[in-house]
Amino acid sequence: MTGTTGITLTGRPGAGAARPVKAPPLRPQNRQLAVLAVLLLVAVPLPLVLPPAQGAVAVRILIFALMAVGWNVMSGFGGMFSFGHAAFFGLGAYTSAYLLVEHNVSPWIGMLAGMAVAAAVAVVIGYFAFRYRLQGAYFALATFAFAEMLRLIVTTTEFTNKAVGFTVPLIRGSSLWKIQFAADSPAYFWIALGLAGLAALVSILFLHSRTGRYVTAIRDDEPAAASLGTPVMRYKLMTVALSAAITAVAGAFYTQYYLFVNPDLAFGSSVSIQAIATVVIGGIGTIWGPIVGAIILGSLSDVTATLLRTPPGFLDFLQGRSGLDVAVYAVLLILIVRLLPKGIVGTIAARWRR
Amino acid sequence: MSNSGTKTEPPPAPAVRRGPLARLSPGDGTGALLKRAAATGGLVAVAIAIALIKSGSGLVVWQSVVTGLLMGGLYGLIAMGLTLIFGVLDIVNFAHGALLAIAMFIAFGVVQGTGLHPYLTLLVAVPALFLIGAVVHRGLLSGTGGASLENQLLITLGLSLLLENGLLMFFGAEPKNVALPGDFQFSLFGAVVSGARLYAFLGAIAIGALLFWLLRRTRFGTAIRAVAANGPGAELVGVNVRRVHTLTFAIGTACAGAAAVLAAPLVTVTPTLGEQFNITAFVVVVLGGMGNVAGALVGGLLIGLVEQLTTIYMDGQSSLLGVFAVFLIVLFLRPQGLFGRRS
Amino acid sequence: MSPTAGTAAGTALDVAGVGKDFRGLRALSDVDFRVGEGEILGIIGPNGAGKTTLFNVICGALRPDAGRVVFGGRDITGASPDRIARAGMVRTFQLMRPFGSMSVLENVSLAAQHRRQSRHGLRKRSLDVVERVGLGEWAHCGATELPTAGLKRLELARALAMRPKVLLLDEVLAGLVPAEREPVLDLLAALREEDGTTLLFIEHIMAAVMRLSDRVLVLDQGRVLAAGSAEEVTSDPRVIEAYLGEEPGGDDD
Repeated sequence: MTGTTGITLTGRPGAGAARPVKAPPLRPQNRQLAVLAVLLLVAVPLPLVLPPAQGAVAVRILIFALMAVGWNVMSGFGGMFSFGHAAFFGLGAYTSAYLLVEHNVSPWIGMLAGMAVAAAVAVVIGYFAFRYRLQGAYFALATFAFAEMLRLIVTTTEFTNKAVGFTVPLIRGSSLWKIQFAADSPAYFWIALGLAGLAALVSILFLHSRTGRYVTAIRDDEPAAASLGTPVMRYKLMTVALSAAITAVAGAFYTQYYLFVNPDLAFGSSVSIQAIATVVIGGIGTIWGPIVGAIILGSLSDVTATLLRTPPGFLDFLQGRSGLDVAVYAVLLILIVRLLPKGIVGTIAARWRR
Repeated sequence: MSNSGTKTEPPPAPAVRRGPLARLSPGDGTGALLKRAAATGGLVAVAIAIALIKSGSGLVVWQSVVTGLLMGGLYGLIAMGLTLIFGVLDIVNFAHGALLAIAMFIAFGVVQGTGLHPYLTLLVAVPALFLIGAVVHRGLLSGTGGASLENQLLITLGLSLLLENGLLMFFGAEPKNVALPGDFQFSLFGAVVSGARLYAFLGAIAIGALLFWLLRRTRFGTAIRAVAANGPGAELVGVNVRRVHTLTFAIGTACAGAAAVLAAPLVTVTPTLGEQFNITAFVVVVLGGMGNVAGALVGGLLIGLVEQLTTIYMDGQSSLLGVFAVFLIVLFLRPQGLFGRRS
Repeated sequence: MSPTAGTAAGTALDVAGVGKDFRGLRALSDVDFRVGEGEILGIIGPNGAGKTTLFNVICGALRPDAGRVVFGGRDITGASPDRIARAGMVRTFQLMRPFGSMSVLENVSLAAQHRRQSRHGLRKRSLDVVERVGLGEWAHCGATELPTAGLKRLELARALAMRPKVLLLDEVLAGLVPAEREPVLDLLAALREEDGTTLLFIEHIMAAVMRLSDRVLVLDQGRVLAAGSAEEVTSDPRVIEAYLGEEPGGDDD
């Protein structure tokens, strides 16, 4: 377009100077999709191999993974640190439970409805938070407050059965349409795997999409992104809606798997914390961090539960006490933040690039 | 998460950062402050009037106001510690409530073990919390690992989970009580007030005043205010900023310790009790203006009132609902708080 | 005072009576000027004169307390920064603000992708821009790996990728050694010649201002102190007075 004036940039020593850089051979998106396919293939036969008790752990890991992938979209890719993802998990759980119990609607439909409700609420919350430019601690506290308010409202509303919550009515035999199987059926695992795999797929495609690039730019430097014409509000709201919808899937499936949901299980702050801790341990803002974090935290709670059932001598006093699992993951959370602030996956990826 | 597109050339404002502990420095805009105080007072009056209409009983409302203000003093004390830590260190301490729970269990343990009068456990709990605060800051929050806001949130969040579940492991979930020997009740123009509540309120105000005196009148307080206003500047004039940070965190934690002892006879002591106090304290801090110590006390009183009035307004709803509603309104409409000036 | 556009063509940007207060402190008051299409306007003034605030107001990062900003015949006062940018008025920042997690090329294609186009076309266009500012060899480097001079050019490249009608540059030369400034100046001159871009640039380096500008606007304490050709302005006694104690040729701050 122009006879460029032959500008050459003189690299300065130490600043990664004049390294001949080629475009990466395989686009990261394709590489990540390939890894996902392999992971899913490896995971499919697991419930046939694992003992039943471990099967339950595996399902729990997948639920954690779903929540974590959802949280990561907003807080990792989008840089909007949410302390209130329990709101979206709870909305997913309650919408599907309500539709099933009161109107006999299939949990699949309920799941979609829950996603829509959660996304809509997220957009409203997000709109206000962004409109009034809440940032950092204020944003975290506002999201936290919204989730807590939902918990309090649900706890005292007739329509949602107050503190009692909903119990999923049992049916005879099993039904895919009703997502109900024998307790140790591998079907639960496969459905959870499908949902988690789908969520991971969506998060990969999102990150590499046009929208995803805008979102990353807004996270890196919002005013600069705006000055380059990025419609900041629209993309932030899209991110928040997607994140909420994925988290709602976790809530809806949770209800079907455990057959029961109440305000604390669905909207309690421990749900939000669970989502945060999983991603932070795995690696915030990475594709695989939420998955790795879920595997670690999911198996960890199983290990501590076993430990408490039959404690070794020096831990005898803990027999029958609760709290050890959370205490252990709290320690893990603190250690990771202090020592590996990029999380496990983030740290490995950074080493790899060197 | 920076929003500094508008900041590349800062407005020709004073270079010193305003806001944190702002009310501790001689302020301009006293008129504006008075106006806001009047507006707040007006709102409170309206809220009380509506409560009167809703309940139809003057006594019920009066009892609520008295109970709310007395409890509010305690909230103020808890929030003072939290807001001091925020103002000076810019740390949002999610573990404040859990530390408070620790102090309550210390009080409970000492009373159980030695039969000491509950209030005398202040002599144990406050220094213990001071020490814990210092250790937590040095061990977990200072240095580069605790630098970013998110990391500090996560570390204090992790700490609160650890402390809460540690208490759960060692003491179990059964609720415990700290009885105040010789507790009594009296009638204040018809409202029933228990001695424990009154003492807690008076104690909170006294400790708050002590903290205020420390910040305003001592050399150490001057150093704290200097660090809050401008850390690098304070360093230049020879203030040991890291030590001030550690001591401030410790003092903030000790406030939670004192509040815990004063509150212990009023509540059932459980490991997760800190959570609710923590939430309320955050609301108070934002209401009073993040980093504003005097604002925290006023905010505490207001939130105490809000809690009580909520139960009148919304029958059967948790008192926290009103607190959160106020919180979100303040966050959106006046994030610098009622008395803050951070823009 | 209303200095008229220097060229015969239409008005690209009309800033009328703009004022902005920060907590009672007047940052801009009654700033009034017009820029013709294809014109190059230099903006100078002592530190704290309100130059960047003016850019922030023009580009929507700040809403003015008074006055209007009209761009291409449309009143854009108070419109959001992203809409103004998509409408064709783009600014760069004084401090470099790369998207740290992206490569140089990705930084640029982000700006280029507002127009619908094929993946291939986008890539080609982005590469063209990267080449044009002389970052070709660095296209696939992480943006944060660039040295200062490179970041300055990235800032410029991103803005160019938007194909702006009006480009606002906030001290693009600051932090560059003299040898690095020349090619940037050539590029800016070429932009007007070849693409007809209108330029507003804040600059402390007087040699660059003298060489590039058709007209110069002098701001002092938030007001337009003088406007005219570079020679007129630099010989204006009021301007000299405003700069007393500060060296107009000073490199950067």
